[in-house]
Parts: sequence; C-alpha cells; structure tokens
Amino acid sequence: MTSPSQSVIIIVAGRALAPLIQLFGIYVIIHGHYSPGGGFQGGALLAAGVILLRMTEGRCAAQSEISTEAAIPVASIGALIFAGTGLVTLAFGGHYMDYGVVPVPGIEEPMVRYYGILLVEFGIGLAVMTALVAIFDDMLDDPSPENGDVDAGKPAEDLKRP
Amino acid sequence: MIDLIHDYYAYWAIMLLLVVGLYGMLMKKNLMKKVIGMIVFQNSIILLFVTAAFKWDATVPVLKEGIPGDVSSNYLNPLPHALMLTAIVVGVAIVGVAFALLIAIYRNFGTLEEGELTERMKGE
Amino acid sequence: MLLVFAGLLIHATLHLPARGDPDAPMHRERNRAGGLVAGDYFVRNAYRDAATPNMVTVVLADYRSVDTLGEVIVVFTAGVSCFLILRRRRRYD
Repeated sequence: MTSPSQSVIIIVAGRALAPLIQLFGIYVIIHGHYSPGGGFQGGALLAAGVILLRMTEGRCAAQSEISTEAAIPVASIGALIFAGTGLVTLAFGGHYMDYGVVPVPGIEEPMVRYYGILLVEFGIGLAVMTALVAIFDDMLDDPSPENGDVDAGKPAEDLKRP
Repeated sequence: MIDLIHDYYAYWAIMLLLVVGLYGMLMKKNLMKKVIGMIVFQNSIILLFVTAAFKWDATVPVLKEGIPGDVSSNYLNPLPHALMLTAIVVGVAIVGVAFALLIAIYRNFGTLEEGELTERMKGE
Repeated sequence: MLLVFAGLLIHATLHLPARGDPDAPMHRERNRAGGLVAGDYFVRNAYRDAATPNMVTVVLADYRSVDTLGEVIVVFTAGVSCFLILRRRRRYD
C-alpha cells in the first residue's frame, strides 16, 4: 500500500499535476471574496496536491512541504490564527469575532471586515490542509524500515490475536 | 400532475437516496459498507438543504454588477450554502475518524464482518 | 419496511414548499412573527457590511464565524483522534 507506484506514467503525471492543484488551491483561498471558494475548499485542494504526491511516490515524498510530524502542530497554528483574530477584536472592546471594531488608520469599517475575513480564511485553509494530510499519513501508518521504527517489518500475522 | 412532478421530483430523488443510505447502514453486515451507507445518507441531507436554497430566476450568491443585491429574489439563499459547506467538512472529518477506527479494528481482529467480529471478541 | 419508510418520506415532501418558489418561508423578508429572516437579510446587507461580493464567505467568516471556529476545531480534533487511534497500539506491542 505504501510502496511507490511502478509505472513511470503515474509518477510523471502526479508530479506534473500536483503543483497545478496546489496553485489553484492558493488561488481559491485568496480569491474567495470574489468567486466561489474559501478556506475549506482551498485547504482541501492544497491537501489533495500533497496526498497525490504521497500516493504516487510513496509516503516519504513531499516531506519538505508538510512533514508527517509537523502536520498536527501546523493544524493547531491554523486554528490559533482563527481564534487569535477573534481575541484581537475582543481586546478592542467588541464582541468575539466582530472585526469591525478594530481601528485601522485609513480604512473604514467594511474594509476592516474584508481583511479580517481574509485572515480567517487563511487560518481555516492552513488547519484543513494539515489536518487532512495528518489523517492520510496516519492511515498509511505502516511501520517501515526506512522510517526507523523499532517494530518495522514485523509481519501482520504476529500482531493478530488468536 | 406535470406541475406536481416538476415541483417535487428533486425532493423525491433525495428521499430515495436517503433510504438507500439507511438500507446500507441497517442491512449490510460489513462495517466498511455501513460506512459507505452513512456517507450516502449524509450527502442526501446535504442535497436536501442545497435544494431548499434554490429559487427560480436567481443566480449564485456572489454579488455581480448589474444585478442589484437589495432585491433578495435575485440571488439564491446563502445561508443553507454556508451551513452545508461546514457540514461537508464535518463529514470529511467523520469519515476520516471512521476509517481510522476500521483500520484499528482490522489490525486487532483481522476482519470487518459483523458476525465474525462478535465471535472473535467472545473468543478472547 | 424500508419501502414503507420511503413512501412516508415522499408523502412528507408534498407538504414542503415547491422547489424554487421565491415565496417560500425561508426566502421571505419577514417571518410570520414579524422578525427578519436570516437568508434575506444576508443577501441585502452582506456587501454593505463587509465589502465582499461573495455572500457565502461573509456568512461563513463574519456573521457565523463562531460556528466556523467550532468547525475548524472539529477538523483539528479529527486529525488528533486519528493520530491517537492509529498510533496507540504500537505502545502495547
């Protein structure tokens, strides 16, 4: 399941498609104010790019984008960006998540809300992307020798109970 | 009669989809197939809400020049769309956790069939 | 048994408003008690409040942002619980 695909066509097609999918994901997040899109959809597309690489080239691919260990902490950072935006508005005396009260010089209230929404969407995208990648990695959590696991290579029959 | 079908056929298809999902959840013995039934059930509910947001002669809820936004019948109702967006994401999370549980069960007992699973659990 | 249930559900749909009816209760401006209906309010005021043309984004991230915060926490919890479910048994070996 975790072994890389043997076919050259699949590997090359995966490498060619993954950057395009991720570029489109970033576009969907940033352009979510003017077209259908937003943090959830863009985050899912970004995760799809990483998962495509890991499916075609084995689970060790694309570790420099999101490594397996860093996925859960980065997801919590995304959730904290969201919650922190709400706390900033609380500090200026508004309700929680009421972006309009933050006084930004030179910008009136609707544009402050505009940038608040952008920040929140960015946090959502980060959290959704890394959470999906983490779920995928945990499902492929087949201990293999190259990852340095202690009980690597143990056949499944040993683990099965009678 | 034609009017009736024209007004309600989408709801009927959604209800049939819901019953298909319920059949999968209740009657199938394999846990994997139960999860698939749950996904079908969930998507039928999502489709029901999106269908309820529909209006004739309206466009997607993205404000466009030339279509005034202060007449609300020009745009679809955005509230069910936002709610179902969150419901889809929760669905993905539920499916992920369900698959994780299935993998854990399979590693422990070596099967996903309900009957065999109960026997192996008794055998311990 | 399930077919009977399907018939019951299809009978129940006949009491819903017709598909695409702009005068359905959820699309009207005011409900029977006289209060504002949420969907209509969002369509008319989203651009004025947040300068953003996409109403779904405004509803998701501004009007109902606490709901969305809960959503992100659900996704994050799913990631953490997958991690815990699938890594736990390695310690027992």
